[in-house]
Amino acid sequence: MTVFLIRRLMQAVVVLFAMSLIVFVGVYAIGNPIDILISPEADQLERERAIHALGLDLPLWEQYFVFLQRALTGDLGRSFAFGAPALQIIVERMPATLELAVAAMGISILVGIPLGMWAGFRPESFGGRAIMAGSILGFSLPTFWVGLMLIMVFAVHLGWLPSTGRGETVEVLGLQLSIFTWNGWTHLLLPAFNLALFKMALVIRLTRAGMRENLLMDYVKFARAKGLSPGRVIFVHVLKNIMIPVVTILGLELGSVIAFAVVTETIFSWPGMGKLIIDSINQLDRPVIVAYLLITVSMFIFINFVVDILYSVLDPRVRLKEMKS
Amino acid sequence: MTASAATGPTLVVDDLRTHFHTRAGVLKAVDGVSFTVDKGRILGLVGESGSGKSVTGFSILGLVDPPGRIAGGRILFNGEDLATASEQRLRDLRGNRIAMIFQDPMMTLNPVLRIDTQMIEALQAHQKMDRKTAFARARDALGQVGIPSPEERLRSYPHQFSGGMRQRVAIAIALLNRPDVIIADEPTTALDVTIQAQILFEAQKLCREVGTALIWITHDLSVVAGLADEICVMYAGRVVEQGPVVDVLDQPLHPYTHGLIGSVPSRNRRGRPLTQIPGMAPSPLSLPAGCSFRTRCPRADAACALPPPMAELLPGRHARCIHPHLEAVAA
Amino acid sequence: MTVTTPDRVPAVEAEAAAPAVVSPLRRFWIDFRDSKVAVAGLAGCILIVALALLAPFISPQNPYDLAQLDIMDGRLEPGAAGMDGTIFWLGTDDQGRDMLSGILYGIRISLAVGVASGVLAMAFGASMGLLAAYFGGRVDTLIMRVVDLQLSFPAILLALILVAVLGQGIDKIIIALVAVQWAYYARTIRGTALVERRKEYIEAARCLALGDARVVFRHLLPNCLPPLIVVGTVQVAHAIALEATLSFLGIGLPITEPSLGLLIANGFEYMLSGKYWISFFPGVALLLTIVSINLVGDQLRDVLNPRLQK
Repeated sequence: MTVFLIRRLMQAVVVLFAMSLIVFVGVYAIGNPIDILISPEADQLERERAIHALGLDLPLWEQYFVFLQRALTGDLGRSFAFGAPALQIIVERMPATLELAVAAMGISILVGIPLGMWAGFRPESFGGRAIMAGSILGFSLPTFWVGLMLIMVFAVHLGWLPSTGRGETVEVLGLQLSIFTWNGWTHLLLPAFNLALFKMALVIRLTRAGMRENLLMDYVKFARAKGLSPGRVIFVHVLKNIMIPVVTILGLELGSVIAFAVVTETIFSWPGMGKLIIDSINQLDRPVIVAYLLITVSMFIFINFVVDILYSVLDPRVRLKEMKS
Repeated sequence: MTASAATGPTLVVDDLRTHFHTRAGVLKAVDGVSFTVDKGRILGLVGESGSGKSVTGFSILGLVDPPGRIAGGRILFNGEDLATASEQRLRDLRGNRIAMIFQDPMMTLNPVLRIDTQMIEALQAHQKMDRKTAFARARDALGQVGIPSPEERLRSYPHQFSGGMRQRVAIAIALLNRPDVIIADEPTTALDVTIQAQILFEAQKLCREVGTALIWITHDLSVVAGLADEICVMYAGRVVEQGPVVDVLDQPLHPYTHGLIGSVPSRNRRGRPLTQIPGMAPSPLSLPAGCSFRTRCPRADAACALPPPMAELLPGRHARCIHPHLEAVAA
Repeated sequence: MTVTTPDRVPAVEAEAAAPAVVSPLRRFWIDFRDSKVAVAGLAGCILIVALALLAPFISPQNPYDLAQLDIMDGRLEPGAAGMDGTIFWLGTDDQGRDMLSGILYGIRISLAVGVASGVLAMAFGASMGLLAAYFGGRVDTLIMRVVDLQLSFPAILLALILVAVLGQGIDKIIIALVAVQWAYYARTIRGTALVERRKEYIEAARCLALGDARVVFRHLLPNCLPPLIVVGTVQVAHAIALEATLSFLGIGLPITEPSLGLLIANGFEYMLSGKYWISFFPGVALLLTIVSINLVGDQLRDVLNPRLQK
């Protein structure tokens, strides 16, 4: 197990390194950092000085080295728009995004798994077909448009829920969270549901496919031949087999939920990282863009790493294989 | 041991018909199968794939999945008709009084549950029992089927066992509640020959010692020859011949049985060519009228266009044929 | 899984018994029309493509010819009549542009971007996948590492990176979409090609000393097409949705190429004041486009998947 962990950790470091290179080349080499980092009003002398100060006169590989060195010490540059360290600006907005993402994930699991199980158990029934039709719709609905429709129906027409911003927050373990206040929930519900919709469709499909596939397996018939109740066969034997792929894929999807929060946050004016990156792209606030990309990528690698471990814990077959190798 | 109240045969299958209602038509997978199994006896149910032997096994347990269903006949278990029994009643009997062993040991155990979980649940489904007692029972059952260090093995997952070991586990699970009937659906087909022999030996021993009635479904005549007391040969959903295993194998009456035996290589016919049954098993959706074997039968004539009855042609020997191989007996 | 399989699945034999003298294409259509929803999806696809192609001829007005617009017609409700008496069935936007015409042109742009990026991504991805599968070894490892790496990041994140780096413009969006999607094609075709490569016909073609390119493109590729078609269908829908999303966020197509996403973004600010139609109808058009394609893709997956064949 330790060998497995170390190997995965090393892979993660390599990926992170590669990504930093890509982001660096993308932003600093393809784009012209001089135009972006230096005020257009600066005169020639000021420009020269700034170029030197920023190290832009160095060869590219040296620039990368400097960039990497500074990145490792947590210095990802200062935002032009906020005049504050990019890293700090992003970290401040991270809890809001994570809260939204986790809430969306929770909704998609709580709704998706039961629906998917039903659809897989009775694929020909009206309910089963309706659930599947719903999941195709869930896949096809563009997230941003659904967001607009949710606002239109629940905020504008019915006036039940607020359409923008985050509600009251409470500080828990140093994080500003809104799930502990009623007002916070009312603000969270629409964006979380919006973000959950796509994953819900995915969960439904995965669960349904797993259900259908597993129900045909001999082990199900054998379990029934043992005289087990249908409840035990489905909720213990089949569900445990389904959960392995579902949990793995969902874990991997957590990253994608965080990334897709970009859209939801923009629509609902949710003050998270996603709204920040869109604003930054529009304002060409490159240090923030770079910082966002690096942080998101690191988060991704971390999530993938955790999922890998989780997967091996869940599936006894993988556990053994990995330990042997 | 449970005391079965009835003194008659443990299991009587009488004119069982299991049909599948598919879009292409009604598929008569089992169409009038009858046999009897007594306590402590072993019945070999023989046939090619598609002959309906496995479906017969599943019908007894009430495990035929839609679109299949039992369309007629009776399955008398200690006098109680299972064909009309409620699902609840069947569930009480399954794994408890009637157990089943499946063909492929790699597929029958749930890959993500430990062996102890899968064994204990089989006990707890049928009797109130705390985990500790159940664990002890499971351990004993594993020991009984010849698994070394059962206590340790109980905490393993199925993939940590070889195929033969897994089949032993499956047999141990079938034995857990000391059933009256075990239906074994080709349990040794997927195993090595040596392991097959061990398992056959143990099955036979258990049957004799405990008095379980055993239905051994197989396509392999040599397995039946060494194991069973009685044999039922199935063809296209029907029993075409039945009788004591020695008699049937020595002097098959039905041309199909005859052909089947002729196609098995054996030592005392070395050097002579193997016979083969011409043609292919007919599709169960378009069976020939009358005797369903007549299109492949060397003895068939116009009379075979009428369905032949199952008749007792010799004492204790039944066959469904109007031109049986009786000349060998007469000579 | 040898002898008793037919015993347990009698339906298999039932299928085999049916007369089997139908051409593959006809067989495919018979399977496909099995699902009425999928046929409806196919009809939807055909309709949408027709609308996109015919947009300049069937639109009530040319929405980008400023001479035809009247600012006084701005933000009219669906069904209202304009200053010169024309009826705007789906209302107008803030510039007095007929929404119906705007949507027809929008579909044209969205579809063009989606299909163009899909085709390019398929060509590039499939070539990469075939190379990886055919040559194996280091080529395979290198290509598949990149694919794995890329697939572990969500499409939208990659698109964001690329847009941030490349800037805006229709060509840049297509580049970004291709870069995001090629890996799906590469992975799919590699999986199939690896299986196909071991089959005898490839061995035979190589024994005839045919060139690598010929073997790959004339022999291997045609046999790997079914899964590629399925992925292609789904990916085109995906590309359309992604482009719409980026355009909605204001980092996709420029204002001069008003795709459905831009139309929806355009109406966003009027949503809160109850003027729903400016965003609503382009959204419906987008939804119908994506749903139709996905329905077809879904059925194709079932029909072309040998594992699920009933």
